[in-house]
Amino acid sequence: MELKGRAWKFGHDVDTDAIIPARYLNTSDPRELASHCMEDADPDFPNKVAAGDMIVAGKNFGCGSSREHAPIAIKEAGVSCVIAKTYARIFYRNAFNIGLLIFESEEASERIDEGDQVLVDVDAGVIKNLTKKEEYKATQVPPFMQQIIAAGGLINYVAERIKG
Amino acid sequence: MGMTITEKILAAHAGRDRVEPGELVNVRVDLALGNDITAPVAIKEFEKIGVDRVFDRERIALVPDHFVPNKDIKSAEQAKMLRGFARKHGITNYFEVGQMGIEHCLLPEQGLVGPGDLVIGADSHTCTYGGLGAFSTGVGSTDLAAAMALGETWLKVPESIKFIYHGEMPQWLTGKDLILYTIGKIGVDGALYMAMEFTGPAVEKMSVDGRLTMANMAVEAGAKNGIVPPDEITRKYVEGRAKRPYTFHASDPDAAYAQVHEFDVSKLEPAVAMPHLPENVKPVSEAAGIGIDQAVIGSCTNGRMDDLREAARVLKGKKVNSNVRLIIIPGTQEIYRQAMREGLFEIFLDSGAAISTPTCGPCLGGYMGILAEGERSISTTNRNFVGRMGHTGSEVYLSSPSVAAASAILGRIAAPWEVM
Ligand code: SF4
Repeated sequence: MELKGRAWKFGHDVDTDAIIPARYLNTSDPRELASHCMEDADPDFPNKVAAGDMIVAGKNFGCGSSREHAPIAIKEAGVSCVIAKTYARIFYRNAFNIGLLIFESEEASERIDEGDQVLVDVDAGVIKNLTKKEEYKATQVPPFMQQIIAAGGLINYVAERIKG
Repeated sequence: MGMTITEKILAAHAGRDRVEPGELVNVRVDLALGNDITAPVAIKEFEKIGVDRVFDRERIALVPDHFVPNKDIKSAEQAKMLRGFARKHGITNYFEVGQMGIEHCLLPEQGLVGPGDLVIGADSHTCTYGGLGAFSTGVGSTDLAAAMALGETWLKVPESIKFIYHGEMPQWLTGKDLILYTIGKIGVDGALYMAMEFTGPAVEKMSVDGRLTMANMAVEAGAKNGIVPPDEITRKYVEGRAKRPYTFHASDPDAAYAQVHEFDVSKLEPAVAMPHLPENVKPVSEAAGIGIDQAVIGSCTNGRMDDLREAARVLKGKKVNSNVRLIIIPGTQEIYRQAMREGLFEIFLDSGAAISTPTCGPCLGGYMGILAEGERSISTTNRNFVGRMGHTGSEVYLSSPSVAAASAILGRIAAPWEVM
């Protein structure tokens, strides 16, 4: 599978309050959450993000609360994947569980600039910067996480296990 | 090679003799927790799994605490979902308004978590129960849904970092100050994916309330869990309270640690975390002087009896500054009652503070103390991210209860000794 889109760049330690502020957590409706995605980091983000676009950030992306509303808002906003140097652990887990693709790459996080066109070869774990004509390697996803993705998220994985 | 306390608890719940850091293990869950924000998502996911009942109706805790008593219609709908699910599945540990409290104050108090337990919760501060010698960690709603169906979850065994706190705690120094100081040293991702083990003479003398505060903020350093080896102080706390049998685990002398940090607490000052990250820590005397509009004393970090007593000690016979709103939130109904019995409410009310029913409220910018643009709050809570307590142009400073109380009196960030 290949993902292609424009990069939106954010800094280090982007917290879950910036991704989806708590004032919107009185709902769990994905579309409503998406309409406020990244609002406190960039108020205009929900309007300007287009389907397929990518979020590129620094270290410790998604730190803070356990709210799954954060990866849900990102996914529902049409973001095809997140690329960061590192992730906070609960966000990392949640992203796999709900089927939001995320990649860890120090190089990509540092080299990609806002507005760059990026292509991700998901199976090969290769990130291509079409604007700069560069290639970066993403960290290998643990096999167990790959199984969750293959099943289409944790719920399907568990449902299969219970039936099996 | 020996094992750490975290590894031992994980091994025991995986039905294994030993586990190694980095391994993925399937573990049995003693308790799974959700609240009024995370459980509605978990309930929707649970219903997709295709099972008709939960794994054990006594081992799930559902605590509406973030937006209840319902702050608006949407919150009311979410709380209703929780209540409906609890009734349908006969969940015994559902806590309605009037019995509820902030989840991480409530579960230890009610004896629902104890030493040696393995607890997951769809709330990042689930790591609080490490203060009792449990392994507990925050997960997302989908993980909670899976655990409610299976009674188990998968975890990666974390490496451990050992923190040793030497020396006598000076007056006014608390567990909150030690954990802020520690996060200031290692940073908000200093313990990413790891276990933080808190040890040493200063922790050995600390009350359970202080230990819960320290473990509570482990996640603010990116940690998977925080843990304090259980001892006699723990035993006194859990005896007669624990609703299930508990086990005391201890790290082996030859256990392996990824890092060891040693601190001398005897010269430390109370700490303040400046906006907008918990790692921006300064000694209170360097933060002193910054004007504030609001002070909040409460939350799963500092809403327990020790915290309210400390605040009362500072506020007794004094008035809150006319430019400041002081909001005090006891963590649970029991804490509320006990504070009233001890006469603390009299002190708070005389000083001009507002006392709230237990709720998360302002801690996450929910309600009961939202900040306007340009306003500053000192707060005993755990996060000071941009917009955490309201407008993105507001600021939150994190501190212990005594510093928050002294600041409320002087209308600016202040050390407790300035008013005593
Ligand atoms: S008090 Fe604050 S940090 Fe604690 S559970 Fe509630 S919202 Fe979360």
